Amino acid sequence: MKPWSQIIGSLTLSLVALSPSAWAADNIKIGSFLAVTGPASFLGDPELKTLQMTIEEINAEGGVLGRQLELVHYDSQGSAGKARTFVKRLIDSDEVDVIVGGSASGETLAVIPLMERSGMPFVSLAGAVSIVDPVKRWVFKTPHTDRMAAGKIFAHMKQNGISQIAMISGTGGFGKSGLKQSKEVAGEYGIKILSSETYGPKDTDMTAQLTKIKNTAGVQAVLNFGFGQGPAIVTKNYKQLGIQVPLFQSHGVASKKYIELAGDAAEGVKLPASALLLAEQLPEGDAQKPVIMAYKQKYEARYNSPVSSFGGHALDGLMLVVNAMKQAGSTDKEAVRAALEQTRGYMGTAGEVNMSEKDHLGLDLTAFRMLEIRNGSWQMVN
Amino acid sequence: MSHIKHLLKTPRYGGLLALVLICLLLPLLLQNAYQFDVAIKVGISAVVVVGLNLLIGYTGQISLGHAGFFGLGAYSSAILTVNYEWSALAALLAGSVGVGLIAFVLARPILKLKGHYLAMATLGLGIIISIVIATEDWLTGGPDGMGVGPFMLFDYEIYGEKAWYWVVAALLVLSVWLALNIIDSPVGRALRAVHGSEVAAQVAGIDTTHYKVLVFVFSAVIASVMGSVFAHYSGFVTPTEAGFFHSIELVTMVVLGGMASTYGGILGALILVLLPQLLSGLEDLEMIIFGLILMLTMIFMPKGLLPTVTGRLKGGKA
Repeated sequence: MKPWSQIIGSLTLSLVALSPSAWAADNIKIGSFLAVTGPASFLGDPELKTLQMTIEEINAEGGVLGRQLELVHYDSQGSAGKARTFVKRLIDSDEVDVIVGGSASGETLAVIPLMERSGMPFVSLAGAVSIVDPVKRWVFKTPHTDRMAAGKIFAHMKQNGISQIAMISGTGGFGKSGLKQSKEVAGEYGIKILSSETYGPKDTDMTAQLTKIKNTAGVQAVLNFGFGQGPAIVTKNYKQLGIQVPLFQSHGVASKKYIELAGDAAEGVKLPASALLLAEQLPEGDAQKPVIMAYKQKYEARYNSPVSSFGGHALDGLMLVVNAMKQAGSTDKEAVRAALEQTRGYMGTAGEVNMSEKDHLGLDLTAFRMLEIRNGSWQMVN
Repeated sequence: MSHIKHLLKTPRYGGLLALVLICLLLPLLLQNAYQFDVAIKVGISAVVVVGLNLLIGYTGQISLGHAGFFGLGAYSSAILTVNYEWSALAALLAGSVGVGLIAFVLARPILKLKGHYLAMATLGLGIIISIVIATEDWLTGGPDGMGVGPFMLFDYEIYGEKAWYWVVAALLVLSVWLALNIIDSPVGRALRAVHGSEVAAQVAGIDTTHYKVLVFVFSAVIASVMGSVFAHYSGFVTPTEAGFFHSIELVTMVVLGGMASTYGGILGALILVLLPQLLSGLEDLEMIIFGLILMLTMIFMPKGLLPTVTGRLKGGKA
């Protein structure tokens, strides 16, 4: 009975892990809370796997500052309430040195006051721009924001002479925030949003909304901000209605799943995405290529599943912290925080990170690449 | 003296005294803010469960929507204090009055339903509340939730885990005292008659609808008050608090601890809040073991933990 022996084995292991005396006292403790189960598990699962894999690797190479890294992780299930309790546990009971975590924006925003109060360097892996805007002393983040995605798309549109568009967005958190940010930045690129439609997370047909958009005079392109199956249905309906103007999607669909769901209808759709999706296609001279290829090969070999940009955010978060500790020469919280803020020219999976006192994200629009779907695969466009 | 001794042996006062003692002595064992936090989370759930137990355990009416009332209370406090600058106490009271009214208006049609239909109606109610909270983002901050300020009571700010511990402990003792008094009153006997057989209760001259509505509103108001307390304590509310899974969690606490057992409900809250914390080191197995414990308890102790254990201690029979 192999499975049983495995379960019993891991049970004893975890019980051992529960007793603090089993660990050497001078480990550097990396705290983490991620939505590994629950509706946001597609974020938390690759993030946790990446953290575990990378920490093992760093430890095998001798650790950081001559000390081993130890991951203390709790599953927040994406719930803000649970996240708060676990963060208190990480700070007060586990006494971690730094926290890298927070898969979803809600749980990250909920714990920010705790980090600020106790002075804990915190690198969030969630998307919302409000996490680092306004800047909080102890809070940093690695993923691109929706505002940047909108900016990247609009910049591309402007280059191609598009100035009047229609939007269709999901009513979930991602779609809503995307719509709001798009409206705010559209003006900067001289883009006019002529009409804006929405659909619910469980809708199975968006023909009505798209027909309305089709009949709006002057629309030169359509932008869809959404997550999950919604954008795939929009894409299919779009083809069925024979709408001729180009369709743009957000980085929310940047996974193979979208192409599978939308099928042929996805041909010609353009979207901004992290370079991770293009790994092999990046030109040889691209500074990001070695970082991305190394991560992709290791992750896919170990877990036998494709990398996602979410796991990449976790890698970036961990490496930023590790580099900051090396830079500071200690794990003193204020020193690590200051070193994080001094991060310059770190090449991560999301792009080149240049932090400053006024910018705790440190990415710019070049971190995004515009892709087009051709023959069921991603193709870089300029 | 013998009179007092006798009183202390009744669950009404003996148990209450034990609860007060536990609440007073517990802080000596708690070492840091995290452990206080868990105790407060247990307390907040326990108060809601004490109210819910009156409805489920004593009256025999199921509600799968009480997290909705909890969420309404939490968001009333959040919205009124943040967006409209009300005082925290006024917002708490306004929220609970509002929830009481909603519960009262909805109770009559809803409580005419029985069994599965009642479960479905309350389920729908809870889900509608959480959807409204998640979609009206101009007011509620949407799916990402919103921040809530501290609880200012006149000029004093309730701040930090220790202060909140005493507030929640006091509320817990108060709610248990209220519940025990209701159970031992004519109202309580009427409720149990409804649970036993609604028809028989009606024949005996009990206005069953009246009592069902009464206890439904009472438990909803308790949930709302604790929602407000939670909002100010945690400083942040999200639609999850009003969601379906939170409702299920509350019902599970009642059933696990023991239906129609006020202290059992507290035990249920203790276990359901504490267990995930204790099992969190087990990673992937956490959910499996958690589910297994719940299943085994319900299979071998169908009456719930506390009634079964006390039954065994007293007479050897479950």
